[in-house]
Amino acid sequence: MTRLENAEGLTRLRDTLQKKPRTEKPGLPVISIGMGTCGLAAGAGETYHAIQEELEKHNLEAVIRSVGCIGICVLEPLVDIQLAGQPRITYANVKPSHVPRLIEEHILKGQVVHEWVVGFVPPDW
Amino acid sequence: MSQTPTLNAESVTPVLSSYSDLPFYRKQIRIALKNCGIIDPKKIDEYIARDGYRALARALTELSPDDVITIIKDSGLRGRGGAGFATGIKWEFCRRSRATPKYVICNADEGDPGAFMDRSILEGDPHSLVEGMTIAAYAIGAREGYVYCRAEYPLAIAHLKMAITQANEYGLLGENILGTGFSFDLHIKEGAGAFVCGEETALMASIEGRRGEPRPRPPFPAASGLWRKPSNVNNVKSYAMTPQIVLKGAEWFSSIGAPKSPGTAIFALTGKINNTGLIEVPMGIRLREIIYDIGGGIPDGKTFKAVQTGGPLGGCLPASALDTAVDFDSLVEAGATMGSGGMIVVDEDTCMVEFARYFLTFASAESCGKCVPCRIGGQRLLEALSRITEGNGTPLDLDEIDYISNNMKEASLCALGQLTPGPVLASLRFFREEFEAHIYEKRCPAKVCKGLITYSIIAEKCEGCMVCIRNCSTDAITGSKRQPHVIDVERCSRCGICATVCKFDAVRVE
Repeated sequence: MTRLENAEGLTRLRDTLQKKPRTEKPGLPVISIGMGTCGLAAGAGETYHAIQEELEKHNLEAVIRSVGCIGICVLEPLVDIQLAGQPRITYANVKPSHVPRLIEEHILKGQVVHEWVVGFVPPDW
Repeated sequence: MSQTPTLNAESVTPVLSSYSDLPFYRKQIRIALKNCGIIDPKKIDEYIARDGYRALARALTELSPDDVITIIKDSGLRGRGGAGFATGIKWEFCRRSRATPKYVICNADEGDPGAFMDRSILEGDPHSLVEGMTIAAYAIGAREGYVYCRAEYPLAIAHLKMAITQANEYGLLGENILGTGFSFDLHIKEGAGAFVCGEETALMASIEGRRGEPRPRPPFPAASGLWRKPSNVNNVKSYAMTPQIVLKGAEWFSSIGAPKSPGTAIFALTGKINNTGLIEVPMGIRLREIIYDIGGGIPDGKTFKAVQTGGPLGGCLPASALDTAVDFDSLVEAGATMGSGGMIVVDEDTCMVEFARYFLTFASAESCGKCVPCRIGGQRLLEALSRITEGNGTPLDLDEIDYISNNMKEASLCALGQLTPGPVLASLRFFREEFEAHIYEKRCPAKVCKGLITYSIIAEKCEGCMVCIRNCSTDAITGSKRQPHVIDVERCSRCGICATVCKFDAVRVE
């Protein structure tokens, strides 16, 4: 990390970061897992590992990030899946047993698994 | 292998709804929770990409410390820790204090049962706190700050540590921030589990390494705080809102919410409510909207009985108060308090005497013991309430509750003692008939208090399956297969497990 020398440096960094895609390689799916205390208590840790394993099994690359609590704790573990250029879609109560179907349908086939969906995160959030 | 799958258009629309259309989120306005659940809190870049630290840059380069204070004053921001004191005025007091050095302190000692607002911000968006505190430090003229966080929040502390390290590396904290010459160092002090350390004078004593005990005010921290130097203590939420106010302006903030309580309130919704979670709503919203529209109502078709706001030092409000506006003044007027944001909902199965006793047990156990009204008063109140729930209450106990409560309110040293009687008084005010039923009729209307209920088996409904016999921990149930069972009242511990396991609804509670 380089030290920001002045306010303009911060603005430049922000602009670069906003333009830069979240993934190193363009086009990778981004999976965000709610891993605040509420998520972890609901089993987000197991879900996280299940997602890692499932991706490996399919030899898929994706960015896995852990995020905090978005508010609706009762639906944790919450998992958001965002395919490149697509809305960020949230799934509720994602247990390890749900993971194979989510990866298979959402990431491999591009089909939203409607029965587990909460909604999508609007881009202006 | 890298591939770029896309979503089938018809699989997305029109069925998927945006968060902003979901009942849980529709009425929310997210200011302090703006980034929670959206960004990766361990990466400063994600915060910066969402305009993070821009408010700090603006304050340091375009605004004088007095300008910042004017903005906060004009915004009408009131302290989100519970008391609701005007934040801008507090900052001004501290700025005007002549002694140096000055300290900026964040009270993150969130100890109320069922409250997790501060934890969620620290875990999900720690940089908003770092930025808010740095702005406050600039405004009051401090160059050192402390976050007092309870050690029971390991994840929050870990994320905050990361945030502080990253901000230091970017030069957004530490020496010569953004080349402006302003310097600010931020430290974390972990609490050791005492509830009273959420009281600001006890909190500062604890940072100094002394026993966490409060002292009388004045002098207020703004004049003589940490190490007897001018100090500014605010809650996590107040600091977390600050960057947004500096960035978007006082007018923007004061246009949200209620006239005398501008902005948003953050609540942790827990208890007998469908949508347990963390919400941020405009001040002035009705309780009914929070509980039914956002919270989704009461589970299992039960009826709403009361909601406790302000945690163990707050008060409960009954169904008749559901149209109360949720802001600092309206809640106090209605008989509860805003508190720091815990909201515990209870349904018809809760005994309000036992409910009050629960909070009293907590508050009296957490009394630091320094002043007599709190140390002894809490115990005596608890004894009176215990007598009532055990079926040994007399009408004199109600008088005693009244007498002790008033003394505690008047004479206790700090808010812990002054507010300990709160839940009891509120319950007594709104649910007096339940107290009277316990005392005069020796009956617990909600069928909770063990001293006042008996379990029996309805012979006509009992199929003789022996499930309750196998589950009874005190061997109080006898009977043979396909014959109605019988509960021995003498041996029964009233744990209620028989009623839970019975598939035929054959256990009666009276």
